[in-house]
Amino acid sequence: MSEDINVAQVERYRNNFLKEVTDNVEEGEWVRMCMQCGVCSGSCPLGPYWDHPPQEIFMMIRANKRDEVLSSTSMWMCTSCYNCIVRCPRELPITHIMHGLAHYATRLGLAPKEQPTYKFSQRFWDNLVKKGRINELKLGVNLYFMNGFSEGVKTSLKMAPVGLGMLKTKRMSPMEMVGGHSIKDLKGFHAMLKKAEELESARVDAKGGSAKNA
Amino acid sequence: MATKEYSFYPGCSSQKGASSSNYLKSVESMCDTLDISLNTIPDWNCCSASIGYCGGGELPRLALSARNLALSEKHNPGQDVVASCAACWLATRETVERLEDDSGLMAETNTALKEAGLEFKNENKIRHMVEVIIEDVGYEELGKHVVKPLEDIKIAGYVGCQTNRPFGIEGESFENPKYLDKLVETLGGEPVEDYDKKVSCCGGALAFSEPEKSQALIKDIIESAYDGGAEMIVTPCPVCQMNVEVYQDQINAKYGTKFKMPVVYYSTLMTVAYGKSAKDAALEGQVIPATRLEEIAGK
Repeated sequence: MSEDINVAQVERYRNNFLKEVTDNVEEGEWVRMCMQCGVCSGSCPLGPYWDHPPQEIFMMIRANKRDEVLSSTSMWMCTSCYNCIVRCPRELPITHIMHGLAHYATRLGLAPKEQPTYKFSQRFWDNLVKKGRINELKLGVNLYFMNGFSEGVKTSLKMAPVGLGMLKTKRMSPMEMVGGHSIKDLKGFHAMLKKAEELESARVDAKGGSAKNA
Repeated sequence: MATKEYSFYPGCSSQKGASSSNYLKSVESMCDTLDISLNTIPDWNCCSASIGYCGGGELPRLALSARNLALSEKHNPGQDVVASCAACWLATRETVERLEDDSGLMAETNTALKEAGLEFKNENKIRHMVEVIIEDVGYEELGKHVVKPLEDIKIAGYVGCQTNRPFGIEGESFENPKYLDKLVETLGGEPVEDYDKKVSCCGGALAFSEPEKSQALIKDIIESAYDGGAEMIVTPCPVCQMNVEVYQDQINAKYGTKFKMPVVYYSTLMTVAYGKSAKDAALEGQVIPATRLEEIAGK
């Protein structure tokens, strides 16, 4: 499915990645306002780790570096600290653009599958959708085992003292593994999310999918 | 003083057996003293914090917060929505801002909500718990309830990210907010001046997915508190509290440091200063015990 959407979007926006971002990425229309001052990159706590800090990502979007941007590990390292947002002289919602790029890359099947925060982010969403509320214990265990069983055992052992501390202080409960918190109206909740996803996909399809439907 | 009533959004981490269940306990104790009544939004759901964006696109995420707000309007009409968690507060406020800004999104959100038999009308303000105690109660009143001042305790006010940016507390700067320091002072404690990491990021959700990177950030936050002479750190955010408290052993092992700095919530400090028990302040919830507070609570 995602390959189809990707192909359709490439067709539709050939050599105009900026337009594609403007049309499809959450808050993407703001990319046009970037004046390349670099305050965002300098303010980012994980700046030193990014392959391409925000300022660079924005320039790459304008330079049609579509694959490099969408498959980048960079925006997945956003900690959502909002330093870039409050300091940007042109008030770009940079944090949201990063999240938007990350989601759009996922939608197109181009996100870097081995990036740990990509994996965590997907697991977080799946976890909350299930019961309407996050189950911290299941999320943690799921995260430790995201790189396979033996890695998982190693991580679990390394994290055992932290877990034990949380257990002792009753800030973690083994009962979460079997039952766990849930909202009551799960049916309505799931119907709401399904509708929201449909409406959102329809928006992308209406723009990008038109080549396919023509 | 008349009872103040709010529609309360506690958030996932405050649930029983969850990582900041101690926060909720101390907030309840604090509100009890201040005559604040918190009416929990029935059947509230997760807001997806700041990390659910991979699977959740814009509209599904907005729908999550809109559902909570619609439930609040239905069951707690006319009441401001109050969140104690920074991420809950931020996600909910952002939702309102985004929907106010885009009538198309507002219409689509309500189409989705209709599937759950709900409607969002945008009737009430979204507040953070610290906003409420500072703006609606005020430092003077907050100080009046102090019966056991936190004398001679030097405390670093770690404001962190999301309680501070992009909205922050009215009248405070993003770079050097003072409200936690003022709260500490109000309670009789001594705030650390020039705590240069007070608004630095702890790595948030990345503490779980990319621990080495965020632990480097956490190390600096704790180190800077020690440098300022602090005996403990106080914070308004559940993620900050957990990240800065529970990884200290791992950081010590990696960096050769000897950190053992208690990290507490403002509500823990207030509950103790208000003369309530260690249990009311949820001090048993400290992974690194706040010994000085236990002593005061036991007096």
